[in-house]
Amino acid sequence: MRHLLKNLGLYALAAWASLTLNFLIPRMMPGDPASAMFARFAGQLQPEAIAALREAFGFTNEPLWNQYLTYGANILQGNLGLSVAYFPATVTEVIGTGLGWTLLLSGVGVIISFLLGTLLGVIATWRRGGWLDSSLPPMLSFLGAFPYFWLAMMLLYGLGFSLGAFPLRHAYSDMLEPSLSGEFLLSVAEHMVLPVTSIVIASLGGWMLGMRSTMVGVLSEDYISLANAKGLSQLRIMFHYAARNALLPNITSFGMALGFVLSGSLLTEIVFSYPGQGYLLIQAVRNQDYPLMQGIFLTITLAVLAANLLVDILYIWLDPRTRAR
Amino acid sequence: MSVQPGEGAVAVKAARRPRSGFFWQLISNRKAAVGVGLVTFFLLLAIFGPFLTEDPSAFVSAPHQPPSSEYLLGTTGQGQDVLAQTIAGARTSLTVGFLAGLAVMVIGAIIGMASGFLGGWVDSVLSLFTNVFLIIPGLPMAVVIAAYLRPGPVTIGIVLVITGWAWNARVLRSQVLSLREKDFVSAAIVSGEGRMRIIFREILPNMTSLLMSGFISATVYAIGAQVGLEFLGIGDVGVVTWGTNLYWASNNAALLTGAWWTVVPTGLCVALVGFALVLVNFGIDEITNPRLRSDRSWTRMLKSHKLKEGLTTPVVRRLGQ
Repeated sequence: MRHLLKNLGLYALAAWASLTLNFLIPRMMPGDPASAMFARFAGQLQPEAIAALREAFGFTNEPLWNQYLTYGANILQGNLGLSVAYFPATVTEVIGTGLGWTLLLSGVGVIISFLLGTLLGVIATWRRGGWLDSSLPPMLSFLGAFPYFWLAMMLLYGLGFSLGAFPLRHAYSDMLEPSLSGEFLLSVAEHMVLPVTSIVIASLGGWMLGMRSTMVGVLSEDYISLANAKGLSQLRIMFHYAARNALLPNITSFGMALGFVLSGSLLTEIVFSYPGQGYLLIQAVRNQDYPLMQGIFLTITLAVLAANLLVDILYIWLDPRTRAR
Repeated sequence: MSVQPGEGAVAVKAARRPRSGFFWQLISNRKAAVGVGLVTFFLLLAIFGPFLTEDPSAFVSAPHQPPSSEYLLGTTGQGQDVLAQTIAGARTSLTVGFLAGLAVMVIGAIIGMASGFLGGWVDSVLSLFTNVFLIIPGLPMAVVIAAYLRPGPVTIGIVLVITGWAWNARVLRSQVLSLREKDFVSAAIVSGEGRMRIIFREILPNMTSLLMSGFISATVYAIGAQVGLEFLGIGDVGVVTWGTNLYWASNNAALLTGAWWTVVPTGLCVALVGFALVLVNFGIDEITNPRLRSDRSWTRMLKSHKLKEGLTTPVVRRLGQ
């Protein structure tokens, strides 16, 4: 419990730090969103409008401290300001359209690669020095060395463009309206195949190697010898005794990986024009839509923190030792 | 991590094997040798390559020409030579990658060591700072920071350092914490050696391999993240780097027109450099981690004697019995 409370404090601090960074970065840098927007609509806006725009984006001449308080109050109300590119939509509205898609895509990607990688790790370690154990680690680390988005581009080219087996872009067919019909869900699934595959390929190696290194340690423990001496079936030892105990450290990195894949899928989303946070983020960067850009950074950070917290709770539930303390 | 052996042992070893330095040990490891070879190849390519090819930004032929005897890797969507661009990209990307990797390693080492060695409130503050930076996702933060700064390789390097140092600091801190408890450090303290001397003469030499592998993984991270950021168009798209090469390829719809040759060479180079560095890291691990080393010689012995390992106990039996 103390562990959880300590981490809770850390997450709260990290959330506050990223909020503050988010506030400070644009104010320390040259240029500001209002001027950027003014330049974007060159000729269409009166010079007087720039002051109003500054006001709208929260860049007033008040002392920094007051701006900070206003900013904090706005955040607490879920008010992240106005988007430049999708003006007059608010940043919160724009982010709302992308969040679900990102959670779906990276959630499915992380879960598949976690399960598959962990299983491969268990099997490979069980047959130490076997062909699986000697061929998988170098192969997967080679695949892992490719840039995330480059693998996605290759899949897009090979399976999407050349073979035409999968759709090239977007999250669902243009012909369909979002609904809960079977046809729509099928289209969503079909559009997810390539991006998810690229996420899985790129992150599989990490899971496998992580599992392998803890499995090696666990296999030399006395209780494994005892289980062997009792003549338990190999499958039972492998999964109930070894894998279950080796899994715990991997759960911790599961939380970190959620963060990693959330940001890694940014690039995947861009390659496939998948309408999630990453795609919105790059649109925001290209359009110099600073409020939207910062809002997305903030939501991703908060999502990562929430994921880590969830994993902490899961950990306590899984590991009796942390509960006893 | 081993404590320095007695001087006698070193002398005997040195007499038997004249080339027993860390580098030679590394080279004699098969994985590391392949890695070092590949990295050397790319470094040479980055240093001398650009002198051998023409101007990478020059318009040389019709756009999107497939590879031919004249243009070995074809041309880009703007009619530039892909081979020249890949080679020129190696120079900028590797420079930024290695320099950022070095900076990340140094900053991580300073913060990690200060935190681990000084302890007390300094440790609390620095650890908290490190943990916060570890949790905040790096890539989105890098995008936000880079979007505000003036684009260019230097900016990208700075952004990579800001988002990359924390992991190294944490690893080195825990290493210092465990080394601080070792007997030879206590002995040095008791014999009245100064703090600086203990840090630099006693502790630092025992962390060389960790520092090196920290440098290597920081470089891998820096190269990958740099390519990613520039692919997003956040770098200076006028400078030829591996990242901007991919940016232009995707901007010119290379894949949707079937011009795979504008994308494949750069991606392969990034992966090969990354993989080579990872191999070197594996090698360092095997050399410095006695358990891995004995593991390797154990499995090799089993294989060469056609023996099969018992399930958990170190008992062997002949195959087929």
